[in-house]
Amino acid sequence: MEKFMYLFRGGDNHAYNANDSEVAAQNMQRWVKWMESLGQKGILVDGEPLQPTGKQVNGSKKTIIDGPFVEAKELVGGYLIVNAKDINDAVEISKGCPIFDENGKVEVRPIQKMEM
Amino acid sequence: MSHPGNSEAYKTVDHLFRHEAGKMVSALTHLFGFPNIEQAEDIVQDTILKALEIWKWGKIPENPQAWLYKTAKNKAIDIIRREKLKYKIESEIAILLKSEYSLAPKINEMFTEGEIKDSQLRMMFACCHPSISSEAQITLMLKTLCGLSVHEIANAFLTNEETITKRLYRTKEKIREEKISLDYPGADVMPARLDAVLKTLYLLFNEGYSSSHPEKLIREDLCEEAIRLAILLSENVKTNQSHVNALLALMCYHASRFDTRLDDSGLIILLKDQDRMQWNKFLIQKGNEYMTRAAEGEMVHEFHIEAAISSLHANAASFEETDWKLILTLYDSLLNRTNNPVVALNRCLVLGELEGSEKAIEELRKMKELSENCHYNTSLGEMYLKAGNQTEAKKYFGKALTLTTSNAETELITRKMSMCE
Repeated sequence: MEKFMYLFRGGDNHAYNANDSEVAAQNMQRWVKWMESLGQKGILVDGEPLQPTGKQVNGSKKTIIDGPFVEAKELVGGYLIVNAKDINDAVEISKGCPIFDENGKVEVRPIQKMEM
Repeated sequence: MSHPGNSEAYKTVDHLFRHEAGKMVSALTHLFGFPNIEQAEDIVQDTILKALEIWKWGKIPENPQAWLYKTAKNKAIDIIRREKLKYKIESEIAILLKSEYSLAPKINEMFTEGEIKDSQLRMMFACCHPSISSEAQITLMLKTLCGLSVHEIANAFLTNEETITKRLYRTKEKIREEKISLDYPGADVMPARLDAVLKTLYLLFNEGYSSSHPEKLIREDLCEEAIRLAILLSENVKTNQSHVNALLALMCYHASRFDTRLDDSGLIILLKDQDRMQWNKFLIQKGNEYMTRAAEGEMVHEFHIEAAISSLHANAASFEETDWKLILTLYDSLLNRTNNPVVALNRCLVLGELEGSEKAIEELRKMKELSENCHYNTSLGEMYLKAGNQTEAKKYFGKALTLTTSNAETELITRKMSMCE
């Protein structure tokens, strides 16, 4: 088993909008169901939603600038870490994600293992 | 503590608190896992104290249940976020509580009506685990599922609060040591586990129905709780077996007579002297409905037979018109299965109705194991009185008087003794 990170970008009703409407609340229920199914299969390792704001610390001078950093559809709205056999398996698993029903996308990235 | 408004309003709030406390403790214990039950109980306690604090100024919210749940849920989320649980959550929802994606939605889901009922059922099975004594089972159910305070439980068991506190402590420790979880029993052990739950509910009901307690009110509460929990079992497909319905029928028939068993001054009125018009028609009707459901399927459990006996009493137009012959047959088959001396005693009384008091006396005197039982001695006294032997009657009533703790029973027996002069 290898670890993969799902980076969620876009998504009209992503977590930080969850309190806004009935649609968003239903959407969250779908997320929970999906995560529940991953949890039951022992696939889910970790994951959190992210607020659409924040700060960026830059360069050797550590300059601080306010977010957001990119346009909304490219903004990372959250992540999950999952166990999968390989990248193809990880991609297959990601297809169950509710974000596809709401204009979002999933970036599947293998976790880099550091060699000794 | 100052009570909001008049005492009627306080009683309503008190009732609400008790029922909601039981539900919230079940939901939170399901969430946190059984080892963390004390923290679940603490949250509920804090929630109710907070409600009392705010509501005493007359500002009872429109939906008090929703207010209580919201407060309890927020406290639960807070404890999980700050990782303040004493024992790690072992169930498969642990991973969902780790992520902000699912933490709040999952806790919301646990507090929906269906999930709360599910948690209460799981709790019932955990409380009635075979490795716990039946006395401890009842105590734990009253505390966690019925929301009774230690004081109320001590009162119900005629003991002190320290005894109950110790018993609860030991029971919870036992559950932790035995690693009893809130999972449903597997299909292979389900019948035996369900039997254990029903037995405990039956004991709880009898505790309330028997007249061993000097106060009437607390007893009715125990019966009501036993019925409420049994209804939960009958509402769930996993547990809705025919003997669950038989037990419910039995409890409904018994409860239908609750108000007619004592007169205005608290004296016991015997079955044959009760005003049948005053029996609760709604409960008899309910009993008949559960009886019909109990007849579905092949199973014949002791509860079926006991319910059938109660049904014949509850549906008889008068004491004289009771089908004693059929009741005797039912007692015979019950005795075949259980060999319970109390069943044998009741059978003798039916024999008395059918074949006269001499026959009943003859049978009763053969039974030695109940000689220290109050009901046995009053029954013998009653039969001797009927047979016209006042000396013997007085002897047995006198013995019975030394064996009862109930004020109402003492009064009844004293009255009977005065008839022996």
